[in-house]
Amino acid sequence: MLILGIESAGAQVGCAVGGHEGVLASAHAGRGRRHAEALAPQIDFVCHQAGIELSEVGAVAIDVGPGLFTGLRVGIATAVVLAQALGVPVIPVPSLDLMAFPARWTTRLIVPALDARRDELFSALFRKVPGGIQRVREANVCTPEELSAELEALDEPALLLGDGALRHAEAFTGLRGIEMAEQGLASPSARALVQLAHARAMREEFVQPWELEPIYLRQPDAQINWSSRAGGG
Amino acid sequence: MGDLVLGIETSCDETAVAVVERATVVRSSVVSSQIDQHAQFGGVVPEVAGRAHVQELVPVLAEALATAGIEGSEVEAVAATTGPGLVGSLLVGVSAAKALSLAWGVPFVSVNHLEAHLYASFLEEPDLKMPLVVLLVSGGHTMLVLMDGHGRYRMLGSTLDDAAGEAYDKVARYLGLGYPGGPAIDALSADGDPEAFDYPRALVQENPDTLPDDRRFAFSFSGLKTAVVNHVRAEPDVSTADVAASFQAAVVDALITKTGWAIEATGAVGACLGGGVAANSLLRERFAILCEESGVRAFVPSRAMCTDNAAMVAAAGWWRLKSDGPSPLDTGADPNLPLPLLN
Ligand SMILES: [Zn+2]
Repeated sequence: MLILGIESAGAQVGCAVGGHEGVLASAHAGRGRRHAEALAPQIDFVCHQAGIELSEVGAVAIDVGPGLFTGLRVGIATAVVLAQALGVPVIPVPSLDLMAFPARWTTRLIVPALDARRDELFSALFRKVPGGIQRVREANVCTPEELSAELEALDEPALLLGDGALRHAEAFTGLRGIEMAEQGLASPSARALVQLAHARAMREEFVQPWELEPIYLRQPDAQINWSSRAGGG
Repeated sequence: MGDLVLGIETSCDETAVAVVERATVVRSSVVSSQIDQHAQFGGVVPEVAGRAHVQELVPVLAEALATAGIEGSEVEAVAATTGPGLVGSLLVGVSAAKALSLAWGVPFVSVNHLEAHLYASFLEEPDLKMPLVVLLVSGGHTMLVLMDGHGRYRMLGSTLDDAAGEAYDKVARYLGLGYPGGPAIDALSADGDPEAFDYPRALVQENPDTLPDDRRFAFSFSGLKTAVVNHVRAEPDVSTADVAASFQAAVVDALITKTGWAIEATGAVGACLGGGVAANSLLRERFAILCEESGVRAFVPSRAMCTDNAAMVAAAGWWRLKSDGPSPLDTGADPNLPLPLLN
């Protein structure tokens, strides 16, 4: 089955297409948070590069967060509407799973930490298992200091990755057994999304487009923005 | 080609999808309002709106297609509001429209929300008469525009401070009438005396020529709002219905007076009302009388077409596709997108 993967929860926006042969084509861009501008042309581009028509896609995989709200919604709106129009199901994958997956070769505890702004991180803990990774602590939103204290208490070798970890690196210096992954692993990847989603598609772990639930982890700020409302009407 | 247009509107707190044929026949128009979710906060909360749009999108799309009795593959173009509005809300509709454009292999058309409001009239009255004076009044905008052809607009004047709908919301909030303010004040005004209090009508005078050019067709509602608040503060026992009716009379007076001046100054042959505030009963009544007295044709959309909907987006999209062709797939949302003007 061909899977189109869409990822826009982090600072980057990306898309990839692939199946049992692996990833056939992918695109990523990470400038100026212009997710909505970049995504549709990317989808067109990867299909062209892979030599497929959108109508051949059998499922749409989507990063459902946690992540930056606006970017996240650009990807989710695109994915669910695309799936609905194509008459195919959706495969939801959390952002932190996507970040941990490319690091599955390490024997260390895998700790993706995505920048949640406001000096907070979205993080979870994973461990390598045969054939992939397993989440050992659910995603949450916390301060770098809180995550640092959690890792100190666990006191085991860990691999920290993600733009949040890099941004708040000082909170983790001096911790025993912590290794910091480089920039290349800092964002959720659309390629990893297609790989992970393919395994889930084989197990038929689908949802329908109208059933998809984004993972926000934060309540909306109940603040009325008169100035921005002035733009609407 | 492009006669069956699917429109998407998500600029504020309504998730809407519609199918319109040749910009005149509404095959379906589905609107899911989030008002209940925002009422508790007394206004639209952007993040709450963005989340609700994502949740409502697929069901509303499915219903719009089913009601129109068509398969998605029969749609010939997809139009979406790209601004002005709340950016996080706009992006949901823009992303959805581009996804449909890709899936169905049809053009995507970017639509200006203000232009869409204007086309709401033509949906129901395709027999256009131009030049046309357009009074556009909503929660975000209050302006007088001269339209002398499709997509050809000249700005006559706009509000210097609050939009009319914004003044309604703020006064309603102060009077404890809840959100949204427009319908609440409109309903309460029926029980009040519109002449009970003589609230200020800014920039309205006997002779329009005594106003500078840039103020002649301009509006200002912040002074009115302050006058109402000061009055109620000084006289807490005053009848809320009288205050509401007098406030509404002042707003509508200013809107109608300036529209009358604009019709006279431009020699327009028609006048068109648009935007959410165009659902207001006193404004509709006075607008009809004004046009009758001025001897011009009145274009007043039904109430359902005044408030945000996607049929008007599809209609405006049909005209834009004809004049400008498809929009590029890297089009984003612009919260401050201006009406494309000639002047
Ligand atoms: Zn509107």
